[in-house]
Amino acid sequence: MNEGEPHPPVVLIVDDEVQIRRLLRVTLEAHGYRVFEAATGKEGLVEAAQRHPDAIVLDLGLPDMDGAEVLKRLREWSQAPVLVLSVREGEDDKVAALDQGADDYVTKPFSTVELLARLRVARRHAQPIEENSVFRTGRLEVDLASRIVNVKGQEVKLTPTEYSLLRLLVRNAGKVVTHRQILKEVWGPNSVEQTHYLRVYMAHLRDKIEADPSRPELLLTEAGVGYRLQTS
Amino acid sequence: MAEDNRPDPDALLAAIQKSEAATKRGRFKVFLGMAAGVGKTYSMLRAAQRALREGVDVVVGYVETHGRKETEALVTGLPIIPRRKVDYRGVTLEEMDLDALLARHPQLAIVDELPHTNVPGSRHAKRYQDVVELLDAGIDVYTTMNVQHAESRVDTVRQITGSTVQETVPDSVLDEAEMELIDLPPEDLLKRLDEGKVYMPERAELAMMNFFREGNLNALREMALRLAADHVGQEVHDYLQAMQISGPWKSGHRLLVGVSASPYSPHMIRWTRRLADSFDCPWIAVHVERPRPLGTELQERLTKHLALARELGAEIITTADTDVARGILRVARQQNVTQIVVGKPGTDSAMAWFRGGRLLRRLVRQSGNIELHVVRPETPEREAPAEGWTFAPESSAGQYLAALAAIVICTGLNFLIDYLLGGDGGHAAALIYLLGVVLPAFYVGRGPTLLNATTSALLWDYFFLPPRYTLCLTHFDDMMMFAMYFVVAVVLGQLASRVRWQERAERRREQRSTALYILTRDLADAGDIDDVAQRLVRQVAQAFTASSAILLREPAGGLATTPHPASTFTVSEKEQSVAAWAFRFGKAAGRFTDNLPFASAIYLPLQTNRGAVGVLGVELAGEQQPTLEQRDLLGAFARQSALVLDRLRLDGEAQKAQLVAESEKLSKALLNSISHELRTPIAAITAAAAALTEVNAPDPLRMHKTLALEIQESAARLNRLVSNLLDMTRLESGKVKPRLEWCDITDLINVALRRNERELSKHHIILSAPRPLPLVKIDFVLMEQVLNNLLLNAAAYTPASTAVEIKASVVNSEMALSVADRGPGLPEESLPHLFEKFYRVPGAPAGGTGLGLSIVKGLVEAHGGHVDVQNRPGGGAEFTVWLPIVSSPEIAIEAAV
Repeated sequence: MNEGEPHPPVVLIVDDEVQIRRLLRVTLEAHGYRVFEAATGKEGLVEAAQRHPDAIVLDLGLPDMDGAEVLKRLREWSQAPVLVLSVREGEDDKVAALDQGADDYVTKPFSTVELLARLRVARRHAQPIEENSVFRTGRLEVDLASRIVNVKGQEVKLTPTEYSLLRLLVRNAGKVVTHRQILKEVWGPNSVEQTHYLRVYMAHLRDKIEADPSRPELLLTEAGVGYRLQTS
Repeated sequence: MAEDNRPDPDALLAAIQKSEAATKRGRFKVFLGMAAGVGKTYSMLRAAQRALREGVDVVVGYVETHGRKETEALVTGLPIIPRRKVDYRGVTLEEMDLDALLARHPQLAIVDELPHTNVPGSRHAKRYQDVVELLDAGIDVYTTMNVQHAESRVDTVRQITGSTVQETVPDSVLDEAEMELIDLPPEDLLKRLDEGKVYMPERAELAMMNFFREGNLNALREMALRLAADHVGQEVHDYLQAMQISGPWKSGHRLLVGVSASPYSPHMIRWTRRLADSFDCPWIAVHVERPRPLGTELQERLTKHLALARELGAEIITTADTDVARGILRVARQQNVTQIVVGKPGTDSAMAWFRGGRLLRRLVRQSGNIELHVVRPETPEREAPAEGWTFAPESSAGQYLAALAAIVICTGLNFLIDYLLGGDGGHAAALIYLLGVVLPAFYVGRGPTLLNATTSALLWDYFFLPPRYTLCLTHFDDMMMFAMYFVVAVVLGQLASRVRWQERAERRREQRSTALYILTRDLADAGDIDDVAQRLVRQVAQAFTASSAILLREPAGGLATTPHPASTFTVSEKEQSVAAWAFRFGKAAGRFTDNLPFASAIYLPLQTNRGAVGVLGVELAGEQQPTLEQRDLLGAFARQSALVLDRLRLDGEAQKAQLVAESEKLSKALLNSISHELRTPIAAITAAAAALTEVNAPDPLRMHKTLALEIQESAARLNRLVSNLLDMTRLESGKVKPRLEWCDITDLINVALRRNERELSKHHIILSAPRPLPLVKIDFVLMEQVLNNLLLNAAAYTPASTAVEIKASVVNSEMALSVADRGPGLPEESLPHLFEKFYRVPGAPAGGTGLGLSIVKGLVEAHGGHVDVQNRPGGGAEFTVWLPIVSSPEIAIEAAV
């Protein structure tokens, strides 16, 4: 996939574990990336400033500073997509990082296949989706300009809220969107705690879009974090 | 204060040496009796036989069977060291062969009659010295002894029996002994004596006959009880010393103060307390109960004084005697009192001076080597002086009537005799009347007896002494007769009445010591705290016909609010506060006491040297104030049971230490299991990775893929194990606080199924979640972990291609989320343990730590839910997670556009 690109994309890995860095370097280099490493948050910020990476893989548990703090400082001047690495128990950290501008996350232990897919999606989103394009994934087709939703070619009627929800996920297709982000975007800043809205509307939306709403394949739940629209 | 608490180094050293010695020295056990014939030797031999059966190397060093058959039968089977024959002044005597015994060196030696004096020329003058040598050699010794041979009791024995005991055993020897009291009620002993079952050497027969009187035996019995109890006290004392707890007494002094209803009494009590403080010695407050019962007011005052003495730390003893001085001195001798505190006779009233002065003079004359402190009593502040002694009527009106009836009958009888003798029955009538005075005196009090003496004298004079039918007496000899009659009637009557009273006092004392003995014996073999509580309640019911409640100290230190289940009355909240007071201050409270008397029961702290272990509540039937003796006995009950409870609690702590050791064992087993669980995947990964580096494989591509999958599999297994361990740790440390959010249960199932797709790929998944299902408030991540564990279990423990059903439904307003399989099911006996930590079903395939289900349970319970398991009809197991449903908020329905 990277053969067509004139320069190999640059990835910065910020992780204090030398084994993880080594593993990622081998994997990413095998897939055509150019890899730089940093073992601490400070080093990471310096490297990011010098190398202008196309994507950053950031571990949240760094020895010198909080991963979220690194992210915050990074976001002051860089829009490079950031993929966060976290452990299972760290849902809060993940959500906080995502809300602060991280693009996606991968839970340790992770498979490199998954990591590469996420990285790909994150890099694609570095260029924002055009407002008037038509989005397609599997059986779903969303015309963002005319607000028409087709499932298997059949038009599906959505309520305004359902549509807003779907549009948000479509615009971040392949990426996780946190509960908070969805609630803020769809229901407004005062509704960020009203998770039950989200559950109910997500169920409605699945009923209308999924082939088997009890085994969804498009609108996926990310436990404790948010939702993700699966891209094919 | 801190200085005082520092243990005396010498004492500490002695205590340590003693405990060191105890490990090397033989164990010393004394079978203690009150007199010959109670069965000491018999009990000792039975214990020896028991030891023999248990495989102990027992040898008889010396046993005197006195030709008793039962005793002789018990010797058979026990190896005996032949006695040593000694010629002494031409007579051949037999003694224990100490050297042979030491050479034989058994584990346990049986040596009868500890106080025995050896024949002159033996190695030791006394047998107890032989025993000490045996103990020094590390040989256990069982021996027998009567209480009168204890050196410290010799004086008291002389007081009681009038004879001096020559063969004594020093208390220092007895100090290291464990004592077993062989008790027999005096009547039974006397019966055995009559039946000739008690051996008596001829030379002592006469003395013995005098010795074996019921009164003596009762006193000796009490003494034996006390010696055994004191011995326990000594152990406690040693323990305190070893544990550096400041022990009770140092000096050999023992003070005594008499307590009465007199308003001067409190001052005397306090004075004695101060003296006891300065001597650092124990003190005793004695009340001598006299035949005349006290009036209510005086009774109350006396009770108050005794309570004061008790609060100030005195041992309270009540005794009954017609003579105060004699009563005080008797108690003083029994208790080895060294000093008696007496009030200086007052000068404000001639009567008081006379009374007090008389007591003082008698004490001075008769106290022998006991010192007297004469204290000037201070005028009490508010209490009225005790001049108006108000005594309760000793005898009821019924008694007076009965007594008079006797006289009336006698008068009738006299008329009959007079008629038969032809009017010459005048002198015979006096004897009949005398009968009418003396006989009732055994049953009625002193008042009616006095009345009888007077009326009978007057009636005799009026009816039978010439001139008849007048009270005049003309003849001088009739006057003499009349006067003599009156004196004799009064004296005889009073004597008879006193005999009756003393007999009653004796009976009460006997009842008391019996009740205490029964309790002691009953508690001695109580196995646990519940047992003690039950027995105490039973004994209180028997001795006082009262219901009782026991509140025990909680492990945290406070008093339990719910009474022990053995209790026979319930303690209301108000009463609880009374009990708590008693517990906190270590003093009796509640009804009939000065503290919180509004309560309906008496609450006695179960007090030991190391604080109260609980409270005994006693609800007496009726309105009657308990007598002093009853109070005393109740106090003794409380103390006795407190000691036993304390001992059991210490045992319990020892057991807890053992439990800790066992849990250490468990955690070792766990470490072993986990290290196995950790090493297996690590070994697989290491091996696979090594194989991957091998370059000469025939089909490298296929092999690489297999090995990579193997590595993935092992790593996933490792990850699960680590997750489980972390979950368990977090659960146990209480750090799991579910972040409850509205969740869609079907969503939860999806996520879990997706997460475990690979593990479940070999099974047929059936999903059943009929909509609409209400939202549940759960922590999505934690609940997913629950479902993961259940699904992984189903995948791991059931055969491939069987069905795994996941169901969600609302049952009885709870969300039921179940995972059911068609595997082999679970053994019924394993079901109750399934959710226990580290529990694994017997015969389960290798792999797994027994943590998964306990995590499920912990997480579900953290959500306020519960989890159960059952075997399904048609095979397989079904785990159901029950989650509470709270009504979810309404959401407005939107129309599609």
